[in-house]
Amino acid sequence: MIAEIINVVLLGLLVITAVAAIRLHDLFAVVMVFGIYSFLAATVFVVLDAVDVAFTEAAVGAGISTILMLATISLVGRWERRPAHRPFLPILVVVVTGGALVYGTLDMPNFGEQSTPVHEHIAPYYLEQSKSDIGIPNVVTSVLASYRGYDTLGELTVIFTAGIGVLGILGIRRRREEKNSEG
Amino acid sequence: MKDNQVLRVVAKIMIPVILLFAFYVQFHGDYGPGGGFQAGVIFAAGPILYGLIFGVERLQSVFTIVSLKILIAAGLLLFAGVGFATVFLGGDYLDYDQLNRDPILGQHLGILLVELGVGITVAAVMITIFIAFAGRQNHR
Amino acid sequence: MSALGLYNYWIVIFLMMTGFYVVISSGNLVKKIIGLSLFQASVFILYISLGKISNGGPPILREGVELYSNPLPHVLILTAIVVGVSTTALGLSLVVRIKESYGAVEEEEIHRQDESL
Repeated sequence: MIAEIINVVLLGLLVITAVAAIRLHDLFAVVMVFGIYSFLAATVFVVLDAVDVAFTEAAVGAGISTILMLATISLVGRWERRPAHRPFLPILVVVVTGGALVYGTLDMPNFGEQSTPVHEHIAPYYLEQSKSDIGIPNVVTSVLASYRGYDTLGELTVIFTAGIGVLGILGIRRRREEKNSEG
Repeated sequence: MKDNQVLRVVAKIMIPVILLFAFYVQFHGDYGPGGGFQAGVIFAAGPILYGLIFGVERLQSVFTIVSLKILIAAGLLLFAGVGFATVFLGGDYLDYDQLNRDPILGQHLGILLVELGVGITVAAVMITIFIAFAGRQNHR
Repeated sequence: MSALGLYNYWIVIFLMMTGFYVVISSGNLVKKIIGLSLFQASVFILYISLGKISNGGPPILREGVELYSNPLPHVLILTAIVVGVSTTALGLSLVVRIKESYGAVEEEEIHRQDESL
């Protein structure tokens, strides 16, 4: 029961930070709010039993991506121009889309229920066989590295490609040559 | 930030701890929460903190572009190479059972190598991205 | 708990729509990318919510625990987070290049410069 209350409160805090991110026009403040949002999301993941994911989100969302965004706004400027006209059309689009999605959730099983299709298909196999097939206690690692190894190889290729892409777009100049060529 | 003594001293104490923690997360991932993705990101946090405080130039004297490029590719090649090794040993692609006579030990070895590959590539990509962004500030 | 049975999903939809609103209403490219990241994080929460089983434990096998939450969404989201930050970095690097060639990151300003060519 306590876990449910913590869950409700944390999700409420997430809503507050998300609204704050909309209303602020100082990008530095928006990035800070985004860091808080990521960290709150990480704590939600702990409450929802996803400890591995929480670990990653805390390191990536609140750490690396905040630094990257700060580096970007130090290059492109800190202030967002205020919109000239009232944003009625975006609000309409968002409300209609959100309404459709809420209508879609009405058929979904309740949160935390055990006998839903998601939990009956393949997860029980992983949980039961992991000990005898792989022999390590952390099922997330065994699924990640062994059962779904292709998937992880693909994801790693995406990260590789993104790294190469950033190198191609921004480029890193070598330290020594820089002074001579720049003049 | 180079002139702030508190930052310099705290960073020098923290960076080794961050790197050590990254290795713990990397190799303890079989038994507790952790694994290559998390460890790679945490490992990258150490050099990034160093770069923030002592400047990107000094960071680049350790992590040169060439070495980062090699590391980015090496991690992915290690992952893919484990897959080909299992094929040559007579199994399917990424079927770690073939790596040892005892399938469980084979799985352990396979997961260790694969997670190491993930960790190397993720850490190198994160450091590269940071240097690319932060190095931009200096020559504008 | 039935009154709150769909609470998580509705919050996720609200967060998703906040991110979507930032993307379509803001003219600043950096803020658009932050909006995309908000959207992305809300999708992560949706997946993890679907994997949760009441009274289940984290999926790390140990003695005396019978019920574990579903590990599969955890695996998918774990990799998606790191992929997400890499692609965000790619987008931010494009923003930096746009700033360098146009001198602006506001959408309207960039359109004006394109039209005056």
